[in-house]
Amino acid sequence: MDLSEDILQYILSGLSTGAIYAVIGLGFAIIYNSTSIINFAQGEFVMLGGMLTLFFHVTLFLSLPFSIFLAVLVATAVGALFERLAISPLKNADPLILVIITIGGSILIRGIAMLLWGKDTYVLPMFSGDEPIVLWGATLMPQNFWIFGITLIIIVANRLFFHHSIIGKAMRACSFNRVASSLVGINVKHTVLFSFAISSALGAAAGIIIAPLTMTSYDVGIMLGLKGFCAAIIGGMSGGIGTVAGGLIVGVLESLGAGLISSGYKDAIAFIILLLILFLRPQGLFVKGDTERV
Amino acid sequence: MLKKIITSLCTLCILFTVASGVLAAEPIKIGALLAVTGPPSFLGDPERNTAVMLETQINNAGGINGRTLKVIIYDTQGDATKAVQAANRLIKDDNVSAIIGPSTTGETMAVIPIVEAAGVPLISCAAGIKITEPTKKWVFKTAQNDSLAVERIYDHLKKRNINKIAILTVSDGFGSSGREQLKLKAESFGITIVSDEIYGPKDTDMTAQIVKIRGSKAQALICWGTNPGPATIARNAKQLGLTMPLYMSHGVSSKKFIELAGDASEGIILPSGRVIVAHMLPKSDKQKKSLLAYVNNYKKHYNVGGDHFGGHAWDAVMLLKGAIERGGDAPDAIRKELENTRNFRGIGGIFNFSPQDHAGLTKDAFVLVTIKNGNWTLVK
Repeated sequence: MDLSEDILQYILSGLSTGAIYAVIGLGFAIIYNSTSIINFAQGEFVMLGGMLTLFFHVTLFLSLPFSIFLAVLVATAVGALFERLAISPLKNADPLILVIITIGGSILIRGIAMLLWGKDTYVLPMFSGDEPIVLWGATLMPQNFWIFGITLIIIVANRLFFHHSIIGKAMRACSFNRVASSLVGINVKHTVLFSFAISSALGAAAGIIIAPLTMTSYDVGIMLGLKGFCAAIIGGMSGGIGTVAGGLIVGVLESLGAGLISSGYKDAIAFIILLLILFLRPQGLFVKGDTERV
Repeated sequence: MLKKIITSLCTLCILFTVASGVLAAEPIKIGALLAVTGPPSFLGDPERNTAVMLETQINNAGGINGRTLKVIIYDTQGDATKAVQAANRLIKDDNVSAIIGPSTTGETMAVIPIVEAAGVPLISCAAGIKITEPTKKWVFKTAQNDSLAVERIYDHLKKRNINKIAILTVSDGFGSSGREQLKLKAESFGITIVSDEIYGPKDTDMTAQIVKIRGSKAQALICWGTNPGPATIARNAKQLGLTMPLYMSHGVSSKKFIELAGDASEGIILPSGRVIVAHMLPKSDKQKKSLLAYVNNYKKHYNVGGDHFGGHAWDAVMLLKGAIERGGDAPDAIRKELENTRNFRGIGGIFNFSPQDHAGLTKDAFVLVTIKNGNWTLVK
């Protein structure tokens, strides 16, 4: 076991966790861009993804692929419902109020999950076995490859949707200027609903692919949500590659920090990065400072 | 007319209640501060179940000295502030004779000044060594000290001629107390800790720590935490092909751990109270009878076997029952009789309290178990 193999192991483990942060971060960014609020309930959809899959697969004995499909569907519906019931009735409310509502929503969703499934931790079966795979001296589980693969698909699909579909383009238009968008005939209310649905689906997907590795319980959403928030902040709340890079940076630095410096500071590393970015480059690492047009 | 009837009815009612109060003896009131919900609910939930089960059982058998037992339970949610408020309520409003709980060390330390000032005996269900060291006049405990579990593991390591170890502990109260004891006792067993790693209670990936430990000169790894962290560690260790023996703490001595860690749990060794291996104990074991009775009884009421944690509440209630039977329910008499308790065959071990020792257990309270084919086996 020489140091280079160890470092490779740290980086690969970090990339895998980072990929999850990236997908969660994308969820934050999509909602931020269409409503300029930060949806702190994002982490709860991660939890819902894992717990719902578990419910369909273990309790109702449905096949794993079908359970996953249903879980994403239900989580998306919960996200849309949340927007309809909590966000949309408040017309022109201050973003700060809406942010606080999302915090309330997250506590509510977590509470309901606790009542439904109890406080225990559960484990979801691996998608394809648990024989470790050796890669240049580092070992990974098959599940890690699922995480890399699905994250890649999500990133590409996300890009295609926002740049090449009419709804995606409309949503981007709203993020630039809501008034002008509504003047050219875009239904702004629908785009907000869409953004909540999409980011819930993303959160749920992240929760599902990570659950076989890390296990899931009613309260996994808090920490994962915060790490995803870090990723989105580093990426300057961009709905694209910036946030993805942000997630990977947080994941790899955490893992390297725990391995090379001290494991006691693992969580501190993510939040130190967050604070540094907020102090020094609040517009994100990859965004050139833009001027506010009045 | 109607007014008169109502008034006389009311008077009758009041008279009746007063009369019946005089006729039947006052119930014996015991308070319980348990973390039924909140993060430490894996402790408080079985403790509450056990206390409720025992209350019914004791009352069905005629109560204590002919008086019914009443257990007043408050949920502390693992929060020290709530525990303190509930303790005040138990003492001032409910006038309890004694208190069992709280479930965690932090809450217990917060409640101690209150019971000490009020002079009410407290039997804590938490494990922290500082609860009874130094000895406090009114405070007892039933959970085994971490130091006893550490001694058990170190004994075994010495037998296998292992003297360089790595430790991986969780950054909460349970983990830091274990870490402290692991470091404190190492020298006297001739053991050196060559790698000292930490993980967070909500961490989802510990491969970094294990890679670091793999690269150290350690011959064995001791992990100290409660579910789900240790299960993740077991899985990560298997993924990374860690060859050194893996030891865990009594914090994971429940079936849930085997379920979560799956195949990765095979061969892990840990100290545990006897309760999870009750049916495997030799007939000569002095605790076997109480253990089997508790496990089966719990299963009848709640459909799962009684565990280690509920056992702490069983011990606390039954210790109080014994003390009250011998000396009555005045707080001071209970305290004196608790100190006179000898050879009490409980779930956590065989208790011998004295004015100097309010923890009452030796390292024999733990047995070493290992996991084989998804089940516990005694380590000889």
